[in-house]
Amino acid sequence: MPIQLKRLLILGVVLVSIFLILKYLMTPESFGQYGHYRGKALDEVAAYPTKYVGSETCYDCHDSIVLAKSEGPHSGIGCESCHGPGFKHIEDPETEKLDKPNTRAFCAHCHAFNKARSEKAITQQNILEHNPEDNCTECHNPHQPQQ
Amino acid sequence: MKVAKENQSRRSFLKNAGMSVGALLVTSALPPFNAILFAANKPKGKGIWYGIAIDIEKCIGCGNCAKTCKTENDVPPEPFFFRSWVEQYTIKNDGTIKVESPNGGIDGFTQSVPDGEIEKSFFVPKMCNHCAKSPCVQVCPVGATFESPEGVVLVDDTYCIGCRYCVQACPYGCRYIHPTKNVVDKCTLCYHRLKKGLNPACMENCPTKARISGDLNDPESEVSKFIKTKNVYVLKPHLNTGSKLYYNALNQEVR
Repeated sequence: MPIQLKRLLILGVVLVSIFLILKYLMTPESFGQYGHYRGKALDEVAAYPTKYVGSETCYDCHDSIVLAKSEGPHSGIGCESCHGPGFKHIEDPETEKLDKPNTRAFCAHCHAFNKARSEKAITQQNILEHNPEDNCTECHNPHQPQQ
Repeated sequence: MKVAKENQSRRSFLKNAGMSVGALLVTSALPPFNAILFAANKPKGKGIWYGIAIDIEKCIGCGNCAKTCKTENDVPPEPFFFRSWVEQYTIKNDGTIKVESPNGGIDGFTQSVPDGEIEKSFFVPKMCNHCAKSPCVQVCPVGATFESPEGVVLVDDTYCIGCRYCVQACPYGCRYIHPTKNVVDKCTLCYHRLKKGLNPACMENCPTKARISGDLNDPESEVSKFIKTKNVYVLKPHLNTGSKLYYNALNQEVR
C-alpha cells in the first residue's frame, strides 16, 4: 500500500473513532429504547398533572345535585364543563370555590340561535328577544333546565 | 463479428440492470429501507392503538374543548396558540365559503352571515390527527417528536431544538412554537390523563359527546363502532398521513 493511502487511512480511523466516542457520550440514556426517541420522554409526558378530576369525584360530596341532574336533559354534561377544573377544590373545598356561571352569554355559548347548530342537537333561543332583561337562571334551573 | 459483440454487451447490460433493480426491490422490503412498504401499508400497532372520532352533526360549537384544553395543558392564552380549536364553516348561496374561528371558539360563536344568505353552516372541531405516518415525526432531525407505542404523537420538550421543521410539515396546522419555552408544542391526546385511565380533557368536557377516543384495535371500543356504523372520512386523505382522526358528516369543503 502506498504511504499516502496509509496516512489517509490512519486519519480516517481517527475521525471515525472520534465520531463514535462523541455519539456514545452525547446520546441520552434511554434513546432508542422503543424507537428513534428518548424512551423516558413517555414517562415525563405521562407525569404531567391533571386538572379536570371528572364528575365521579363530584358525586362524593354533591350527590344530591348529581342525582337531580341525572334526570334532566343536562345529564350527559360533566360538572366541570360549566364549573371549571376541580383539582384545587378537591384539595381545599372551603376556600377554593368553583365558578357558578349564570350570565346570559354563558348559556348562549350553546343555546343561542345559530344556523351552524343542528336543530336536532340542541334547543336554541333567540337571546336578543327571549326575556332580554333577565338572567337565564331566574327561570331555568341549570341542573334540571326543563323545570 | 462486430454485430455479435454489440449484442453480447447489450445482453450483459440488461442482465446487470435486471439484477440491480431486483436487488433494489428486495432491499426496499427489508426493515430499515422499507419506505415503499411503509407508504403502501397502514400501520396498525400492537396492543392499544388510539384513534379519535368526531361527530360534526353533534357539535354545537360551544368551544368547551378549546377552553378546557388550554386549562388542562397550560397552553398560552394568546388567541393564536391552540392544541384544539373549533372552526365555523358557512357556505353561502353564491358558493363562497367563510371560515371563522374567533379565539378558537373559546368565547363562543356568532353567525356573521345573515340567515337568508346561508346555504349551509356547521362547526368543525380540529386537533392533532395523531397520524400513523406522521409527516411531522418523519422530518424531526433529532428524534424529539415521535409516535408512542400506543399511536399517540408526542413531543420530548427537553430534547427539541426548536427548529420549526415539524410546524411546517404538519398539513393540519396542529403545532406551534411555545412562546416562553421556545420548543414545539402540540396535542398529546392528554397522554397524562389516558395513562391514569381518564378521558382526554376535551372529550371529558364535551357537552354533547361529539368527540370520543379509544382503541382502534379493539372491535368493541366506542371508536371502532363509530367508524363501523357511520360514514367517516379523514382530513386530506391524499397525503397518506395515516390520520387516525375520523369525522362523521365531514363536508367536502373542509380543509
